[in-house]
Amino acid sequence: MIMDAAAAKAAASFSCVVFLLLATTAGGQEALRPYTVVGDAIPAPLTGSDPERGRAIVTARQNTCLLCHSGPFPEQRFQGNLSPDLKGTGARWSEGQLRLRLVDASRLNAETIMPSYYKVDGLTRVGTAWRGKPILSAEQIEDVVAYLTTLRDQ
Amino acid sequence: MTVGLKRLAPLAVLLAFAAIAAHAEIPLNERRAGTADLAPETKAMQDDDSANPGMLVVLDGEALWKAKAGAANQACADCHTDARASMKGVAARHPAFDARLGRPVNIEQRINMCRVERQQATPFAYESKELLALSAFVGNQSRGEPIAPPADERLTPFRNAGRDDYFRRQGQLNLSCAQCHDDNWGKRLAGSLIPQAHPTGYPLYRLEWQAVGSLQRRLRNCLVGMRAEAYDYGAPEYVALELYLMWRARGLTVEIPAVRP
Ligand code: HEC
Ligand code: HEC
Repeated sequence: MIMDAAAAKAAASFSCVVFLLLATTAGGQEALRPYTVVGDAIPAPLTGSDPERGRAIVTARQNTCLLCHSGPFPEQRFQGNLSPDLKGTGARWSEGQLRLRLVDASRLNAETIMPSYYKVDGLTRVGTAWRGKPILSAEQIEDVVAYLTTLRDQ
Repeated sequence: MTVGLKRLAPLAVLLAFAAIAAHAEIPLNERRAGTADLAPETKAMQDDDSANPGMLVVLDGEALWKAKAGAANQACADCHTDARASMKGVAARHPAFDARLGRPVNIEQRINMCRVERQQATPFAYESKELLALSAFVGNQSRGEPIAPPADERLTPFRNAGRDDYFRRQGQLNLSCAQCHDDNWGKRLAGSLIPQAHPTGYPLYRLEWQAVGSLQRRLRNCLVGMRAEAYDYGAPEYVALELYLMWRARGLTVEIPAVRP
């Protein structure tokens, strides 16, 4: 995953803390945070959030959203059309519903092509660069959820 | 009420199989090669031999075809004479079963087998300039021929393995080939039109690569896109996928070297 300079700096300054966290997990990876599904939603946030960062995450190529979705991103030239337009998602779904759709959309529709962004098990032949890691971190999920809830214009 | 359950049983089995086989596969008469969706400029480039960059590679291949090589000091042309006759249709029926190896081989592997056994030379590496050139030259001799996978029962288990791989969800994005190429062809994946994935034109010139590449290079790109583990070039898994893709594309026209975006 590509990190911008600020994120790299932040990661470096938190490296002691990260080490402590890593040391506590068996697989050498940071453990996923636990969450509770209620109906078709995850009502409680995984971490704090920032909608502006969320928009940047959704539109960054490496996060794959725009492969399939289009949305209110006039500056983005290449947007996919395999799935619903993201415009108005905040009016259609609650924050908790959006969280579950990002964390693990396959719980709602086992056949969906939408990847589970916060899941590491049940996958086959994951490339070494990505193995054992969720596509997005808990922080990124929360930023994206916070951003999507602002998309209220249909 | 004379039709007993016993007589219906085989029908039920047949229907069950039909249901599995029908799973999302594109009906034969709805199939289209990637060429059908090319932008007019790209299509013009493919159609005009003097503008198609793949033809330069075909010419390199022709020179290699005629060049003596290896300890045997023999050229391909010394055994096969005129490629226009001897190589016509060959790419259209590969991968083909090799009885001695007991498995299917694709056109690149077939070329390397001749190189090692007949010319007594070292095999060319996958994606090397030489192997791309020779396979483009050999493939070009089938241009205009229908894709004709051999009706060889020994290929069946390998083709089925390729088919299973094609329908298997894999990688961090947890997608299968079929979810894009059977279920969503014609739609846009970001800026790219999703083709039906018929390998009619490989090796081909890809504008994005700025180079000619093999079908396996294309498959590798798709696997990496799915964030799945790519196979090593020449791996049996790729050959199995090639077999299934060629069967899926049976009857479509060979257009080597094609041009893609
Ligand atoms: C490979 C395709 C694919 C990718 C990549 C993808 N999605 Fe989706 N998404 C879908 C599909 C298809 C649906 C429709 C519902 C379903 O099939 O589960 C969907 C549904 C949604 C919904 C609910 C939309 C609605 O109005 O019903 C949201 C929100 C969403 N996606 C956000 C995202 C975000 C944010 C990302 C990236 C972090 C993303 N998606 C990546 C395919 C994708
Ligand atoms: C998420 C979508 C997606 C998945 C999954 C995917 N592909 Fe593709 N594939 C594409 C796109 C898009 C292209 C066209 C790229 C371009 O031309 O820019 C393509 C191109 C191809 C082509 C070339 C077709 C031509 O006309 O030259 C073949 C063959 C192919 N894919 C096979 C596969 C196989 C086999 C798999 C599984 C191992 C697979 N793909 C998985 C999206 C996908």
